[in-house]
Amino acid sequence: MTERLSRRKFLGWSSVLGCSAAASPLMTPVSLASAPGDRRLIVIILRGGMDGIDVLRPWGDRAFAEMRPNLAKEQNNALQITDFHGVHAGLKHLLPLWQAGDLGFVQATSTPYRDKRSHFDGQDILEAGTVDLAPLGRRTGWLNRLLPYLPGAVERTAFAIGREDMLLLTGDASVSNWSPEVDLTLSSQGMRLLELMMQSDPDMGAAMAQAIALAGSDGDSVTFDMSEQGMMDEMMADAQEARKGKTHLKIADFAAEQLRGESRIASFSISGWDTHANQQRALNAPLSRLSETILRIKQELGKKVWDKTTILCMTEFGRTVRENGTKGTDHGTGGTMIMAGGAVRGGRVFGGWPGLADSELYQGRDLMPTSDVRAWAAWAMHDSFGVPQSALESGVFGGLDMGASPGLLL
Amino acid sequence: MFDPTLAEIRFGTGLSQRAVAPNSIGVMLSGLTAVDEMARQFPVEPYNDYRLRIRDFNQARKMFRRNRGKPDQEVYNQARKAIARDARRVYGDMFRNAFLRRIHTETGFRERLTFFWQDHFTARGKSALAKRATGPYVEEAIRPNISGKFEDLLIAAIMHPLMLTYLDQAQSAGPNSKVAKRAADRGRVRGLNENLAREVLELHTLGVSAGYTQKDVRQLAELFTGLSIDKELLFTFRSAISEPGAETVLGEEYAVQASLDNIKDVLSNLARHPATARHISEKLARHFLSDHPDASVVAALEAAYRDTDGDLMAVYAALLNHPASWHSDAVKVKRPYDFMATALRALDVGESTLSRTREKDLRNILYIPMQIMGQPWEAPNGPDGWPEENTHWITPQFMAARLQWALAAPRALRRNLPDPREFARAALGERLPRDVAFVAEAAENRWEGIALVLTSPAFQRQ
Repeated sequence: MTERLSRRKFLGWSSVLGCSAAASPLMTPVSLASAPGDRRLIVIILRGGMDGIDVLRPWGDRAFAEMRPNLAKEQNNALQITDFHGVHAGLKHLLPLWQAGDLGFVQATSTPYRDKRSHFDGQDILEAGTVDLAPLGRRTGWLNRLLPYLPGAVERTAFAIGREDMLLLTGDASVSNWSPEVDLTLSSQGMRLLELMMQSDPDMGAAMAQAIALAGSDGDSVTFDMSEQGMMDEMMADAQEARKGKTHLKIADFAAEQLRGESRIASFSISGWDTHANQQRALNAPLSRLSETILRIKQELGKKVWDKTTILCMTEFGRTVRENGTKGTDHGTGGTMIMAGGAVRGGRVFGGWPGLADSELYQGRDLMPTSDVRAWAAWAMHDSFGVPQSALESGVFGGLDMGASPGLLL
Repeated sequence: MFDPTLAEIRFGTGLSQRAVAPNSIGVMLSGLTAVDEMARQFPVEPYNDYRLRIRDFNQARKMFRRNRGKPDQEVYNQARKAIARDARRVYGDMFRNAFLRRIHTETGFRERLTFFWQDHFTARGKSALAKRATGPYVEEAIRPNISGKFEDLLIAAIMHPLMLTYLDQAQSAGPNSKVAKRAADRGRVRGLNENLAREVLELHTLGVSAGYTQKDVRQLAELFTGLSIDKELLFTFRSAISEPGAETVLGEEYAVQASLDNIKDVLSNLARHPATARHISEKLARHFLSDHPDASVVAALEAAYRDTDGDLMAVYAALLNHPASWHSDAVKVKRPYDFMATALRALDVGESTLSRTREKDLRNILYIPMQIMGQPWEAPNGPDGWPEENTHWITPQFMAARLQWALAAPRALRRNLPDPREFARAALGERLPRDVAFVAEAAENRWEGIALVLTSPAFQRQ
């Protein structure tokens, strides 16, 4: 006999836990309030510092090939997307999106982070959306700070998906997080005892309660009075799945499932962009993971939702313009943002081009940023959810000047 | 003050029916310098042996490619496959032995510290076989050095071939070195890579908030040029790729003639820097005590570090002798490896069981679940290792993954499960809370009872 954890029981549990609002994401009702608007926003953090000019290649700049004797050896006409730009072969499956106006780029963009070029600081600043590093322990992410401006936002409005900690969605506003690899089953008696035991630890209890709700949302029940052998088989099956290494597709599926429903914002990360050596080979794998992810989301969302969706792919910094002595690139400054989705005014490259001549580089080594990556994110949020510019400039990104609308979205 | 149960839970590898718990701080400390019994009983191949596998594999692969389409091709193909198979088996044994050490040890503090330093000096190989060389690196560079001076540990880790490959140092060449100039003459680029230099300053010694600049990173990277590995995958110093001229790091000038001594000097100076004393002290206190440790405990470690120029035994003694270390509230959440290993130790799943468990089952019972709990074995995201904060680990998916594992793994590993009531007492000793005792008693069957004890906040925190 199977039994799904009912909502009443679940909410009952959260009140038994007696958590404070700050400690528990369960104080806001789950799945009940209406969703704010029908636009969707997905932010994908590309961890490791993606080499923007290898991904979106400025063939029109004469210095490009000179600076990169190995990395920019051959120009492939099939991958040329504008008179000036080509794309890396790892993105070739996305070219139909470009032609359909569902794929765009921002060139030479960056966070305000400059000289230390540390991944960890760079990612923190990107996700915190600040000018400097915030003091440790008091960090929040800009996507989380957006939530109070969305009327009717509930916990399920925003989802952090996957194994990684997303600072981007961390903060005072309640959000959900889940890794679609986990499945859970417990007898109804076991469930009651777990509930009882977790009363002594509000943090753990809240996480566990949310886990049970989420594990139940994928179609399998959580409370499951099954045989011992059945339980073993389940665990082995889950382990086998995880071994196949297609986690990014599961994440894409889960994100799409939530966004088809009441969720409006999802965020996760794809890593593997730190290409200090042999970049030519090393960049293919993350680019195909990214392409597969975007295409899968498009497929799973369906046309109607896809047309209301914006995907922003951002990285903590770009890489040095010159390739280094080991056919790779080191941590640099100006990078590239990739945008996809039916809501995007695609088929174009946004942002100014600073040039690659020595005198035009930042500190003689990096692509000079011509825009603040936060401004693009702010316009995407403005156009998606109608959040006023003043709120974005002060509340979400303290002290940001968004400038005039670039017309990022349709 | 000192309490053997807390000592095992907070600083050790958890309570055990079998191993004798340390009965004093003195015993905990002297255990660190005694013979490494676990390394002897459950060996992990040191890098110096393991690297032969990588070398032979690379050679066989090269010969295989060179003989493509020729009659000998299959011979090299078989040789290549045999080496890879062997390396996989050895890796499985290392993984198993990592758990066995934690299950059987009577000096759990040594295991915990080894993991702490392994994490501090995160390094991973990049090629297929080298990816499995973390254990061998730790066995050689980290484990024997955890009770000496920090500078010796630092030098051993930084100059290790695995670290030199992981952070791209092995190929870095001074832009004005002989080799780079010769390459330039032929139209090729060979140059500097700042990865290792940056991480040494940011992660391994001073910490990111210390006052170093991009110029220091660059100068240190130039000073490091020459640190490399040879064809045998052993450490070597190549003066031909070393950048000529003097370098200045943090205001200190290092001699014009580049040498290994210069590099050791700069590492010793970084190790003795006050910012390093603070960085290491904070990190130890955060790891063992709390995400927000008492300022007084950090100050005590820092003072011990500075007074002794980084004698780690003095720092550990300061930690164990501080009253904050014996506070009875368990705050830190065990990380997945600690969680699983303490669970197996409490369940008394020992050598006889794990050594007859097939490789494939070990993967399904331990390796994959640890990944799903957020800590893929020896594969942290970057050189900063595993996140320390509780908030990283207490999330719905990680908590669910722990419960999911606690339900299935004990049954997979033990034919007869213990009575949950007895198990609760074995796992938590005098620290067994009343609600957990009640739950163990009220569970419908043994396996759920045990899973609940393992998932209890009392068991999950240390």
